[in-house]
Amino acid sequence: MDWQDEGIIVGVRRHGETSAIVELLTREHGRHVGLVRGGRSKRMQPLLQMGNEVVTEWRARIEDHLGEYRLEAKTMRAAHIINQSSALFALGHMCGLIRLLPEREPHHGLFDVMQIVLDKLSDSQLAAPLVIRFEQHILTELGFGLDLTECALTGAREDLAYVSPKTGRAVTRAAAAPWLDKVLPLPAFLIQNDQPFLMPDQQSIIDGFALTGHFLERHVYGPRGQEEPETRRSFIASILKRNQTATP
Amino acid sequence: MAAVTGPEIERLIQLLARVPGLGPRSARRAALHLVKKREALLKPLADAMQIAHERIITCTTCGNIDTQNPCTLCGDPRRDDSLIVVVADVADLWALERAQVTTGRYHVLGGVLSALDGVGPKDLAIESLIQRIATGTIREVILALNATVDGQTTAHYITELLSTYTLTVTRLAHGVPVGGELDYLDEGTLHAAIRQRTAV
Repeated sequence: MDWQDEGIIVGVRRHGETSAIVELLTREHGRHVGLVRGGRSKRMQPLLQMGNEVVTEWRARIEDHLGEYRLEAKTMRAAHIINQSSALFALGHMCGLIRLLPEREPHHGLFDVMQIVLDKLSDSQLAAPLVIRFEQHILTELGFGLDLTECALTGAREDLAYVSPKTGRAVTRAAAAPWLDKVLPLPAFLIQNDQPFLMPDQQSIIDGFALTGHFLERHVYGPRGQEEPETRRSFIASILKRNQTATP
Repeated sequence: MAAVTGPEIERLIQLLARVPGLGPRSARRAALHLVKKREALLKPLADAMQIAHERIITCTTCGNIDTQNPCTLCGDPRRDDSLIVVVADVADLWALERAQVTTGRYHVLGGVLSALDGVGPKDLAIESLIQRIATGTIREVILALNATVDGQTTAHYITELLSTYTLTVTRLAHGVPVGGELDYLDEGTLHAAIRQRTAV
């Protein structure tokens, strides 16, 4: 068995004295794990960092085997963001989310989404809305996607302003009026698919993280007995602090 | 295949094979060598290991390992009390001491933050670091952590925690190692080296 693909490194673990077990999000083969012989060498260590993009060749005698990777660098992204706290926290959080996906199941489009988000992590304005979108995408891939196309109560497609915390479906401002203490605010940037992207304000970012955070906790972290990861908390704190200092 | 040696020697080989750097074959060679040098090597080694097992403890101040608490480094009055060098592991502390590059005090975190390995802030000695800093005598904290994603995530996390204290937080430089040839360096290291270039 062998194949070639592109991949983003989402995890590296030591294996014995000299090798490493590397976890990739590949374009065609989804989340995939393999052994890299000599992965702990000085030559390989700069490459085997989360966020780096590689061209990979995977080989195994039988498909079920762990198999071996041969990796070649494509984009050395980790070195570019290693000095930026918010970008590093976001990278750690995103890689953690990828590791929640089942192994060896193709997730078409997710590779491209992650590529785009990783390339913009250094942009403090864009990073937050993109990470929120990424979380929304992961929820969809895990089978808990939010339905933000129409109102769950009236079927209306205009003035969607809230999300039901139970169903994850959008609700219009008028229909949500009796349950304002229960519904979650829906930031406009999550539904403006056909319109030019408008940079969200600080409150929209807070609302966006609260929205995806609620469903991640409800469907992902809670059932697994996990807490919200520290990297997510640190990323949100860091990005909000930076935006606050940037705003006069 | 029938065992060539008795269970005692097999057990010795199995235990030696767990030591970093030794595999089953080299463990077999090491065991044979120890048995051959029974009085000159095996006995003193066994005694030394017994003493190490009984006496080695972790310093409650910095997390270093020693036979006394506080450790030799924490008890040394010649060291600079206003400087703390934060390292991930005792091996890093030893590396810095070998190089004799700092006279500050140390703080061993016991690892770095890693979502993959399930290591969070509570698993590291970060709380005790904050307690040491809260005494008010520290002027600088050097974060001597690995230039890896996990190492630098830990460094940024600690930096954010220390932002409320009046002190300087620094980290090790990233770039070209001494003896390094540019042609052989990866682009990430070159990127860091160019970005952090210094005036000559």
